[in-house]
Amino acid sequence: MTRTTRRGHRFRRPAGAAALLLVGALALAGCGRDASSREPAAAGDTTGVTDTSIKVGATFPLTGVAAPGYSTIPKGAQAYFDYVNDNGGVYGRKIDYIVKDDAYNPTTTSSVTNELVLKDQVFAMLGALGTPTHEAVVDFLNSSKVPDIAVSSGSVTWGDDPKEHPWTFGWQTDYESEGKIIGKWIADNMPKARVGLFLQNDDFGASGEKGLRDYIDKQIVAVSKYTPGGTDVTPQIAALQAKKADLVVGFNVPSYTALSQLVAMKLNYKPQWFYTNVGSDPTLVGSLLANFSKGQVKNGAQLLDGVMSTAYLPDVSNTSNPWIQTFDKIWKSNGSGGALTNYELYGMSQAYMFVQALQATGKDLTREALVKTLEEKGGDFTGPVFAPYRYSADSHLGTSGMKVVKIEGGQVKDVTGVETTDIGDADITESSESESTPPADGIPPAE
Amino acid sequence: MTAVKRVWGIPLVRHLVIGVVALVVVLFVLSSLSPFRNAQMATMAYLAIAAGGLTVLTGLSGQLSLGHGAFLAVGAYTTAYLLKDPDPPLPLVVIMLVSVAVALVVGGVVGVAAARLKGPYVAGATLALAVAVPALVRYLHGFGQEQGLHVIVPDVPRWFTDIVWQITGVDVDPVSYVAYLGWIALIVTFILLANLMRSRTGRTWRALRDNDVAAEIAGITLGRSRVLAFVMSTAAAGLAGSLMALSVRVAAPSGFPVDLSLTLLSAVVLGGLGSLTGALLGSALLTFLPQAVTNWGSSAGLSDVQSAELAPVVYGLIMMAVILLAPAGVVGSLRHAWQRRRGLA
Amino acid sequence: MQQFWTTLLGGLTLGAVYAAFALALCLIWRSTRVVNFAQAPMAMVTTYVGLEVIDSTGSYWLGFVVALAAGLVLGAVVERGLVRFVEGKSDLNVVILTLGLFVVLHSLAAIVFGQDYKSFPAPFSLQGLHVGGHNLAITGFGVFTLIAVAVVFVLLVALFRFTDLGLKMRASAFSPEVARLLGVRVGKMLTLGWALAAVVGSLAGLLVAGGSLVFPQFMDSVVVYGFVAAVLGGLDSPAGSVVGGLVLGLALSFVSGYAASDLVPITALGILVLVLLVRPGGLFSHVAERRV
Repeated sequence: MTRTTRRGHRFRRPAGAAALLLVGALALAGCGRDASSREPAAAGDTTGVTDTSIKVGATFPLTGVAAPGYSTIPKGAQAYFDYVNDNGGVYGRKIDYIVKDDAYNPTTTSSVTNELVLKDQVFAMLGALGTPTHEAVVDFLNSSKVPDIAVSSGSVTWGDDPKEHPWTFGWQTDYESEGKIIGKWIADNMPKARVGLFLQNDDFGASGEKGLRDYIDKQIVAVSKYTPGGTDVTPQIAALQAKKADLVVGFNVPSYTALSQLVAMKLNYKPQWFYTNVGSDPTLVGSLLANFSKGQVKNGAQLLDGVMSTAYLPDVSNTSNPWIQTFDKIWKSNGSGGALTNYELYGMSQAYMFVQALQATGKDLTREALVKTLEEKGGDFTGPVFAPYRYSADSHLGTSGMKVVKIEGGQVKDVTGVETTDIGDADITESSESESTPPADGIPPAE
Repeated sequence: MTAVKRVWGIPLVRHLVIGVVALVVVLFVLSSLSPFRNAQMATMAYLAIAAGGLTVLTGLSGQLSLGHGAFLAVGAYTTAYLLKDPDPPLPLVVIMLVSVAVALVVGGVVGVAAARLKGPYVAGATLALAVAVPALVRYLHGFGQEQGLHVIVPDVPRWFTDIVWQITGVDVDPVSYVAYLGWIALIVTFILLANLMRSRTGRTWRALRDNDVAAEIAGITLGRSRVLAFVMSTAAAGLAGSLMALSVRVAAPSGFPVDLSLTLLSAVVLGGLGSLTGALLGSALLTFLPQAVTNWGSSAGLSDVQSAELAPVVYGLIMMAVILLAPAGVVGSLRHAWQRRRGLA
Repeated sequence: MQQFWTTLLGGLTLGAVYAAFALALCLIWRSTRVVNFAQAPMAMVTTYVGLEVIDSTGSYWLGFVVALAAGLVLGAVVERGLVRFVEGKSDLNVVILTLGLFVVLHSLAAIVFGQDYKSFPAPFSLQGLHVGGHNLAITGFGVFTLIAVAVVFVLLVALFRFTDLGLKMRASAFSPEVARLLGVRVGKMLTLGWALAAVVGSLAGLLVAGGSLVFPQFMDSVVVYGFVAAVLGGLDSPAGSVVGGLVLGLALSFVSGYAASDLVPITALGILVLVLLVRPGGLFSHVAERRV
């Protein structure tokens, strides 16, 4: 969909002198049209970029139902950018990171994104969170030609069609690919299992189910869906128990991992649990469950023992991983206190990839150049993610694969190597790439 | 002079004249604003339309609805459904009218049920409605579930651009187009509502609000008047929802939380119950205040999360302060002060 | 069959929580003729206070008592400091005042206590009870919830039916002028009504939170369904609140387990509309609508 501006009008004259006077008076009184209407230079659009700074915008749920957990992601990004800025910035430019709250409400996302793009004049958006929320602004960002990098959501919408949304790039492994990788692992390793699905009632659950059914359609005996923020999930888990599912795959958020574990304990229901990457977070869920042991859950921390999951990033509990060590050091020097969490790690990893793209783009930073860099070089970027990003001219999807892991004693242990795949009928292959190590100072080198 | 005064005394004439003047002023103001301010003006327009409708319902007929967000959802989804393809089946104005009609019908059904109930029971039922409608569209197929429906705003019609250009000398871009639409709709709605409030129907409503038993003895059919007020307010909410879909560009369940209904109610309260000017003022506050407060919070050194939470704190406090200190609302209190001064002089 | 019983028991405990919340609304309605929309955020705040105490002392019961006491104080403070000034004015003013308080408390709690999930311990086992080799889908805490609601119900009925105080409270709410003439200290009664209601509200908060997660929005679904339960039963009747809560809890549990979780809100609306169309004053409205 293209919109044409009709320049012909500029040569016409408005109706009367009185009208002109009024326009003048009102323009003086109100805030006149500002720099937003300026024409980009021939070399490309440098909105938001000066010799000393780059303005980057982000929208996250800082308030409301989605805020617990997600509101800490931008703290991670902020810490990383502060660290980069303390070390001289990128080509001498400091990153000015502006976070706005959208309360996970598309209406608010729309208004704060307007504010970021039209008023604050950001160079790019980074890590804007949520499927329905970002859906509200993706057309606006693309028609305004604002780079929309690393959307914080695993929907395939963010990158499967670069022709439709040439300025939008995904980041994490999409839910469909994750479903496929989990499905294949189950088909290979637990072919007799009666699989029950515990799904969040939205695109997250639906894409996951689609991917799973590519491999274990016949093994699925029950599907239960919950609405986040709704009533108690006892009836959902009871339905899975009634169908005698002995392996439950959960496409749910971390709070519902804790809640489903508590319900299962109440029902004396002990299937093998397999939570997706989004829902597992052993540090968060484990600490939530461990706190109950002060009450009467005797084995709170061990509740998660033996739970399967997937990972596209190292877990913060894996302190021997060099990326975790590097990010932990940065968090200690520039973070906002407390131990590094997986949410903050997520934000830092996005920020790292963004700085990587800025470094690779070079000194002459424009919006067009940044997108060109990601399409041409983004596929070769190495970082904390296990598998490469799928960035190219044909796909803007994020990292392409994950490991199957198991939680043991609060630690995440690898079960498989890195499995990579893509949406649609792409096969799953074991990645041969060796794990990368971070640069010594934690900042991707300039080219 | 007396002739002019007499004509001015006819509410319809007065409202139409004010409407035309307002239209011209609005055209000039919008054309002089930046795209960001235009987007905010669009938000203010749909909030004001919904608040205007709620003013009639709550301020005039004394019924409390905690679920008007549901009717915005009805209007928004109708518009989104008709605008999900690049080639809309109907002209935009017709789509907006269809949205009003659908909200009107749904409002009629709910209104008939609500008219039988007293205060807290209406509140309970409408609160349940505010939660039920978003959940229902999530459940039904064809409405895009959680992601909602994408709204493709039709291109600005050439004749529209021409007219605006002729008057103001400024081009119409897609963002300001929605703002123009919103404010034109707002002016039309407010003229209609203002006339209604001045009419016999309006007086009936006030009588009902102040003393329903006496009103009934005086021969007013309680039920019919209540339903009419309800339907009028839901029609306004439907129009507001339609404009909301156009300005947000998506209609998704998460866009219609219970907070939305409470927000609308607070817009009515902030300005003053029963006054359309108050509704306008209240929606202006709701549009511009959160951003100002949040920015003030971050510049005062609060964390992002804290400054984001600050906006609701401030508007909740203002809401309480208005009720405690100036129950007639800002507009009502100013009017009283003005009348007192004139009385003294 | 097992699924049926599990869903039934789940619905009962869920319903008991709604009933507790509805009882708080009913209490305040009986003693002041006001619907307190800030009930849930007030309970949320007191639950957080309780959690702070539990976390620092390690004693659940101390936290429990402190939370209830905090409710008593908060209720009285809100009545004395805010509601007092709009009493006798239009009903709408009080409603809007409590809605304003709703918004403020919600955000203040997020600022003061943070946005994170916190786990709220329970004093009893969170495992299903074992009876004769069978696992019952109800925890020790679930049983506690049911008993707590029953006790509150009995106390409330006793208060209004058998004590002088209850009579005075009702009289103050129903007709302040007459009550004043009869020597009732109306102001004190209203304060007491708010304070007691807030205690019951705090209890509801503790029952929702126990053995589950606490965050500033954790009472949100109770706001709607607890209110619906109260209205369903007829705001004026404690028995109605309990029945309304249990009916709603069971219905929502079965719809959620056997149909779809997205149909839960529309079911609540459907039940409410159906009941109100037959009995506009709720299930247990025995008094005909008051006429002037």
